[in-house]
Amino acid sequence: MARRVTSRRVWVSTGAAWFFGFVIFLPILWMVLTSFKTELEAFAMPPTFLFFHWTTENYATVQGRSDYVHHALNSIIVAGGSTLLALLIAIPAAWSMAFAPSKRTKDILLWMLSTKMMPSVGVLVPIYLIYRDFGLLDTRGGLVAILCLGNLPIVIWMLFTYFKEIPKDILEAARMDGATIGRELIYVLTPMAIPGLASTLLLNFILAWNEAFWTLNLSTLDAAPLTVFIASYSSPEGLFWAKLSAASTLAIAPIIILGWFTQRQLVRGLTFGAVK
Amino acid sequence: MGQITLQRVRKSFGPVNIIKDANLDIENGSFVVFVGPSGCGKTTLLRLIAGLEDVSGGQILIDGRNVVDVPPAKRGLSMVFQSYALYPHMSVRGNIAFGLKMAGLPRPEIERKVEAAAATLNLTPYLDRKPRELSGGQRQRVAIGRAIVREPKAFLFDEPLSNLDAALRVQMRLEVTKLQKQLGTTAVYVTHDQVEAMTMADKIVVLNAGRIEQFGSPIELYERPANLFVAGFIGSPKMNFVPGDAAGEPGAATLGVRPEHLKIGKEGKGWPGTVSVAEHLGSDTFLYVEAGKLGMLTARCIGEFSLKAGDHVWLSPDPARLHRFEKDGSVIRR
Repeated sequence: MARRVTSRRVWVSTGAAWFFGFVIFLPILWMVLTSFKTELEAFAMPPTFLFFHWTTENYATVQGRSDYVHHALNSIIVAGGSTLLALLIAIPAAWSMAFAPSKRTKDILLWMLSTKMMPSVGVLVPIYLIYRDFGLLDTRGGLVAILCLGNLPIVIWMLFTYFKEIPKDILEAARMDGATIGRELIYVLTPMAIPGLASTLLLNFILAWNEAFWTLNLSTLDAAPLTVFIASYSSPEGLFWAKLSAASTLAIAPIIILGWFTQRQLVRGLTFGAVK
Repeated sequence: MGQITLQRVRKSFGPVNIIKDANLDIENGSFVVFVGPSGCGKTTLLRLIAGLEDVSGGQILIDGRNVVDVPPAKRGLSMVFQSYALYPHMSVRGNIAFGLKMAGLPRPEIERKVEAAAATLNLTPYLDRKPRELSGGQRQRVAIGRAIVREPKAFLFDEPLSNLDAALRVQMRLEVTKLQKQLGTTAVYVTHDQVEAMTMADKIVVLNAGRIEQFGSPIELYERPANLFVAGFIGSPKMNFVPGDAAGEPGAATLGVRPEHLKIGKEGKGWPGTVSVAEHLGSDTFLYVEAGKLGMLTARCIGEFSLKAGDHVWLSPDPARLHRFEKDGSVIRR
């Protein structure tokens, strides 16, 4: 029997959806609102929602105290660089595991995932010492390398599951049609894999953009991305909630805009394989 | 030309022998069907000929030249896959033209050949569509178009019709046969459907557990099966097997008689039995008869036969159409 959809039911589910959507969105909204309050109002009890003295002085202070553009540029370079590097390594790895699997392929995949099961702090000391000895602390190259390694298992997994869905028959048909491996890649595989590559690239970029543990521990100024920029506002001298909010808003704005425009690709990437 | 010869071809995956010593001579221009139950190695044998798998031993000759070390594209064969395996991001035109493009043919020649292939297969109105905008039958046609446009030495078909519904399958079966006769190109066709094998083939190869059980024309296989397996596999409904001594033929371990060669009567001589189920198809009646120690026998009668479950009947086999088998399953020739 088909499920009956009464108008009451529609109203209830729509209301619930809006409610939960609002609850999920509330922290971000609150952060944006706080960024326009004075420090005093940011602490006010009971908190004010919309009726407060709107000001942009926090943004001015933040801009004056630290160089947003410098950190944003670092974020772009570190997130972009680590993503591209990860793709460069992951594509051939995922190809070979998807199309020429060996007996141990499953084990390798699991082993790669297992590296994500340990908290990062567990390897902080050795990594820190290696970085110190090789002069990689507070360098963009160092951050690119660590973020790339950190996200590589996820990137390979995503690409692997994506490539797995490409029927082997099509590649064999191309081989029968006389395509060399290079032409098979250019004319058949890549065009078919573009949606998967795009969503993997986007997700990895966002993960790298928001990564805070390694960026906070391994960079201070020269290579510091926006995560360090935000953290610098929760300083020993006291919490500056309004300024912290202004910094956070500035930091997440680019990624939210990117996410907004690419949400279709993202959703497809995240739910890939769930439904055929 | 498209003469394909297999000499002592073997294929194993690890310790498992998929193909055991296959010897076969496929004549130029003939339509050869590989048939057998699933897992018998028929698709593997086809893929070995295509070059998509490497042989573990033996030789594959195409027009007298050993091709075991030749990559698939250089063997001059084209293949139609069960899943069609069309390139989803290319139009029908792009799909059919792909092989020619890879071969580096000049553009006008590609155009001409694609148009001709499309016309042969009634695909002209769909040339600019993507595969996802086509029906199953049309996709199948595109896959065939991709195969014929390259003018190969032979076509290899890997269960190409099994994804189509029953009515379309019968129609495509006819079209593929007609097309092959018209082009005169050698075709090797894999199927698990013995009706497809019987209707399409010039010669049938019956495979079982990696072994070629028999190679011959459809009628040969039907009338003179080499062993129990072929006898049971070819023909529908299946041949009846009864123990030789129980049937009064102590010389043979097993006696085989096809349902259509069992005469059935309400009285008389032969094997007595009781009808347990009668299937009335209109054109035929299938009677399933419980015949004591002979077991369950199937009889096929032409037209309507007014017998029903519970009726006592006598079955008499046509003595000229009896098949006698040894203990090891091989046929006893008279």
